[in-house]
Amino acid sequence: MAVKIANSTIRGGVGASHPHDSARLHVTGGATYTDDIPEPRNILHAALGVSSQPHARIISIDLEAVLAAPGVVAVITAEHIPGENNYGAVVADDPILAPDLVQYVGQPIFAVAAATVDQARQAAGLAQVEYAALPAILDAETAVREKSFILPSETLRTGDSRSAIELAPHRLQGKVNLGGQDQFYLEGQIALAIPREGGDLFIYSSTQHPGEIQHAVAHAIGRQAKDVVVECRRMGGAFGGKESQPALIAAVAALLAQKTGAAVKLRLDRDADMIVTGKRHDFVIDYDVGFDDRGVILGINFCYASRCGMSADLSGAINDRTMFHTDNAYFLSDATIESHRCKTHTVSNTAFRGFGGPQGMFGIEYVVDEIARQLQVDPLDVRKVNFYGSDTRNVTPYKQIVDDNIIHEIVDKLEASSDYRQRRVEIAQWNRENDVLKRGIALTPVKFGISFTATHLNQAGALVHIYTDGTVHLNHGGTEMGQGLFTKVAQVVAEEFQIDIDQIKVTASDTSKVPNASATAASSGSDLNGKAAQRAARKIKKRLVKFATEHFSVSAKDVIFANNKVTVGEQSLPFQELIKLAYMARTSLSSTGFYRTPRINYDRSTFSGRPFFYFAYGAAVSEVVIDTLTGENRLLRSDILHDCGDSLNPAIDLGQVEGGFVQGVGWLTSEELWWNQDGVLKTHAPSTYKIPTSSDVPDDLRVELLADSANREKTIYRSKAVGEPPLMLALSVFHAIKDAVAGVTEGKRSPHLDAPATPETILTSIENLSVGLDQ
Amino acid sequence: MAAKLPKDVRKTIRFILDGEIVELRNCDPTRTVLQYLREDLQRVGTKEGCAEGDCGACTVVIGELVSVPDGLQLRAINSCIQFLPTLDGKVLFTIESLAAESGELHPVQQAMVECHGSQCGFCTPGFVMSLFALYKSAAHPDRREIDNALAGNLCRCTGYRPIVDAARKMYDYHSTENKDKSSWLSVPGSTVLDELSVTEAQQVDKLRSIAATGTLHLEFDGKQYYAPDSIEELAALLRQNPDACILSGGTDIGLWVTKQHRHLASVIYTGNIQSFKQISVSASHLTIGAGAPISDVMPMLSQYFPELDELFLRFASPPIRNAGTLGGNIANASPIGDSMPVLIVLGAELLLRSGDNNRVIALDDFYLDYQKTALARGEFVQEVRIPLPATDATVRTYKLSKRFDQDISAVCAAFSVAFNENIVTNVRIAYGGMAAIPKRAVKCELALLGKQWDDAGILEAVSALDRDFAPLTDMRASDGYRRNAAANLLRRFYIDSKQGETLTNVYHYGR
Ligand SMILES: Cc1cc2nc3c(=O)[nH]c(=O)nc-3n(C[C@H](O)[C@H](O)[C@H](O)COP(=O)(O)OP(=O)(O)OC[C@H]3O[C@@H](n4cnc5c(N)ncnc54)[C@H](O)[C@@H]3O)c2cc1C
Ligand code: FES
Ligand code: FES
Repeated sequence: MAVKIANSTIRGGVGASHPHDSARLHVTGGATYTDDIPEPRNILHAALGVSSQPHARIISIDLEAVLAAPGVVAVITAEHIPGENNYGAVVADDPILAPDLVQYVGQPIFAVAAATVDQARQAAGLAQVEYAALPAILDAETAVREKSFILPSETLRTGDSRSAIELAPHRLQGKVNLGGQDQFYLEGQIALAIPREGGDLFIYSSTQHPGEIQHAVAHAIGRQAKDVVVECRRMGGAFGGKESQPALIAAVAALLAQKTGAAVKLRLDRDADMIVTGKRHDFVIDYDVGFDDRGVILGINFCYASRCGMSADLSGAINDRTMFHTDNAYFLSDATIESHRCKTHTVSNTAFRGFGGPQGMFGIEYVVDEIARQLQVDPLDVRKVNFYGSDTRNVTPYKQIVDDNIIHEIVDKLEASSDYRQRRVEIAQWNRENDVLKRGIALTPVKFGISFTATHLNQAGALVHIYTDGTVHLNHGGTEMGQGLFTKVAQVVAEEFQIDIDQIKVTASDTSKVPNASATAASSGSDLNGKAAQRAARKIKKRLVKFATEHFSVSAKDVIFANNKVTVGEQSLPFQELIKLAYMARTSLSSTGFYRTPRINYDRSTFSGRPFFYFAYGAAVSEVVIDTLTGENRLLRSDILHDCGDSLNPAIDLGQVEGGFVQGVGWLTSEELWWNQDGVLKTHAPSTYKIPTSSDVPDDLRVELLADSANREKTIYRSKAVGEPPLMLALSVFHAIKDAVAGVTEGKRSPHLDAPATPETILTSIENLSVGLDQ
Repeated sequence: MAAKLPKDVRKTIRFILDGEIVELRNCDPTRTVLQYLREDLQRVGTKEGCAEGDCGACTVVIGELVSVPDGLQLRAINSCIQFLPTLDGKVLFTIESLAAESGELHPVQQAMVECHGSQCGFCTPGFVMSLFALYKSAAHPDRREIDNALAGNLCRCTGYRPIVDAARKMYDYHSTENKDKSSWLSVPGSTVLDELSVTEAQQVDKLRSIAATGTLHLEFDGKQYYAPDSIEELAALLRQNPDACILSGGTDIGLWVTKQHRHLASVIYTGNIQSFKQISVSASHLTIGAGAPISDVMPMLSQYFPELDELFLRFASPPIRNAGTLGGNIANASPIGDSMPVLIVLGAELLLRSGDNNRVIALDDFYLDYQKTALARGEFVQEVRIPLPATDATVRTYKLSKRFDQDISAVCAAFSVAFNENIVTNVRIAYGGMAAIPKRAVKCELALLGKQWDDAGILEAVSALDRDFAPLTDMRASDGYRRNAAANLLRRFYIDSKQGETLTNVYHYGR
């Protein structure tokens, strides 16, 4: 029961593959990012002075040389912070500037403002900091051993997994390591703080969460929310990395602006960005599973230990989401899912597309693959027998009923359209004939829960004005990071008023226009803001209808908005004509709109309820080839079928699917974060940290959005969120690689393969397999 | 101390931007083109994503008059590591240069919009400029050529497919009919001088008028910058100023400034010396001027050593190869530089020059220790001489890295082996990434020489190879991987040399 708009000829209505609203600006270099904003007079540039130690007391800081360096105007340390020295939004354990204890290499200790960027950065290198080293815990395994946790460990239990495992005909136990990932948004972290009258501040920040910046800055400078306005027109990518982290950057710029009375910009260079700010959590995953002859999971224990780093940041919710996604698309009748949130002396890990979900899904997919190899059957068959049912076997470990399951349909379609079975046979034959190169194939499903697990965050506001010339100003609490949110929300408003999308200007996210907005995260941007904007538009429309009925003496049902016109009874007038008339009749042409997600409720103390409004589904088949001499690998083909509900904008959604997939491929293959023994991150720039390039994307890439799959929930035009779920389609690539490694023994043995599957990891896997260390 | 200079030194640099000649007198010689654009001109369409030549957000296009083919050559470079005075005598195109004054988008831009090639848009100006360089040099590139053209541009949002589509679609807008009316920038393919459009010819005339001849000398805040236009002058300047830093493509040096914040007091730029870039072939040798950019070296090498194609395709990215020189790669003496292992096994020699004195040294003898070469103070590399291939030798190179494109080698291997009746009569093997310098595997070579080229012989050689090197562990690979992979590359070479049915290279598979 799709809500399709009939016969609409407006440009950029709902369901149109309209280009990104800034596309023209992007390609001409005219799109303004924070660093491109014309600089205020006498602007100063800031740089951070950071810790060289993973864990140490600061004995002394000698800043004399910094202050004396050319161009330097001000230096601040923790003691110069008039307000609260914290930017942690959930737990107050994230100092803006380390007071006396440093807990990771790269932790900011002081900040300097100078006349030029170069001067600030050079000066920042001149401080003499004396440390007294303390023992450092650098990885999750050590942290678990030493019981070093940043937040209490949690357990999600359903049924009785212990007995189920013991009674099961088969049992497997194992451990797998899963690496983290840097967001690697192309635009680094940046904020510009501009003093306003009376000590107020105006902040331009590249942030997914302007409201958070507002609070963090107000607290830091010892003022209140009303004294700070934050604006963000667009980010050059974010991916979760600009959810909590920009508060640090903005707070430093604000503190220096407050101190100097000048505008201050802090822009991290790429190295600082990667060293100072958090990434996707890396995990050590232990499992213990019991299953039957067909591979049906009878009982399972998981222990997920994640490296949270030095502070809590968003790690609580992230690790909760890991627990919620250990089922992926599979029914787990008896499961015990333990989650350790490890405190380590490394950068505090943070949000990244999927927000812990991908790691949970990695765990179960790994186990399912192991089961299949143990039973010597096609992993796809084991996947299928474990899928959630529609009417039975449909309750998640956290007691939500999966009432919108379409995974069977998606997987069946994809299996057929990709010739999966036939290719598997052909590949096995090919592998028998080839000694050095081996190919592998895998099909993996995705089921991803949509909503913030913290229920209160599922709200949004919007603000719509119509001007007397009939053009529209649209504002909402969501932020634009490239995902096309502004375009989609504008399409909703265009549809509502039945006017061309170019009549609508979407303006920068601004805390003074829409207050208390949640972070644009959890894939919820268009679900929430689309609805809020629709409601704002509908309020105005209602007034317009009322005006028209009075003015033209018709009944409300005779006022029809269509194709840039309004038909009133017999006559038809351009939209702007009606607006003009309505204005003359003193009709309010401005409105706010507010939306809260219905139906969700969830009790964190028991980990049960309905945390998710609905689920988004998808599946991918990938085929790879590896070189068993070197571990080099290449993705040969990927087929993807993904569910976006009734898409608001198929072109934009396709972009999210493909972009998310390729980002996921990077996470699981070439993107390796490498710290040395001293806790120093050595992969802190694109020279050493390798995200996919064009040639890593297969020539044969077949991506489709699932047709006729209206969301069963009443979301905006029955669409589905699409930001995060596609990332996990990349699990197919990892498992195709694992399959190719297994090809070395003609599939007789199951390789152990950690992620990311770099050439080195793959070669190690092959070697272990060959000497029989693995079974 | 400033060097003694010929009388006719120039004190200003000149280049063309938006069709106008820009003349700069006092400019900081190590200010980057990107800083100049963004900070001085507030021309902020060009972005910084890394300031180290690795992401492509800063890509701009440089135009130069060249003789082969006779015309205007447009090439992408990374403005973030290119020093401003190196623009002298050239024409610069930035993202702002492309759209017509009427606001009509350039075909590349139009294709990017229509193919949904931008999401956050931050990488987009760089992609557009790389595509523009491709548009102006190739007619209908295939996927491999497109990937190559984009190898230096990172996009974190799109997954590249729409950008690749745009690279194909961008040729759809040009109609031959309005060729004269449309700006020459929107005409695809390169043009030779006698086919120039009116507007293009005007550019060429302007370019001729600002040709970077004579010696350029800039002085700024105590920093000296010299750009001679002859090898003799270079030699003379270096002799007077032996501690000056020789700047060729700047793709290593640029990072000393942008990343390490090093202060370069005195710089001598070689890029204005045309004879320094010459490549010639004699009966016995291929002679490459040290200043030849890798992009120019590639087609020549390819002609004589087609086995090296993949290595050089994987050497950095087009913008880096357009700037970076072979001489710079060799002189920089990185243990993981890609050209050296193969040049060592090919028996390349260097012509070194100091003042008026020349000497020839085998590349094999050039590297003394970590980043230490046989170059004396004030001495420079003038030429690289590569013996033309012996007919009986089998040559291969292999590069291992985490990513196919634009990555630094974890291990780079080069092999040259000659046989007689399956007996190894000549063997040279060299590795990068296995020691402090690019180095021959002497024990391994010895184990092979005079032996049967068979499984048993390779087994021996592999164990000898293990004694040749004690590699390190770092972020690119562990010592264990380096050892294993080095041995396996020897095995791969053995398999490949048999030219049998066994496939070995994932990058060639299925293509
Ligand atoms: C993003 C990126 C990717 C890269 N990828 C690769 C890669 O894949 N493989 C690889 O091998 N390298 C790579 N490099 C390194 C670099 O591009 C090469 O080493 C290049 O060949 C250097 O040449 P250049 O002309 O730019 O040298 P410059 O930076 O100008 O100089 C480098 C050094 O050589 C000296 N020098 C230059 N010319 C001479 C001369 N004629 N005589 C004596 N000394 C001289 C300079 O004084 C300096 O010490 C990469 C660099 C970047 C930034
Ligand atoms: S800014 Fe990344 S290549 Fe120049
Ligand atoms: S569009 Fe965002 S990095 Fe390419």
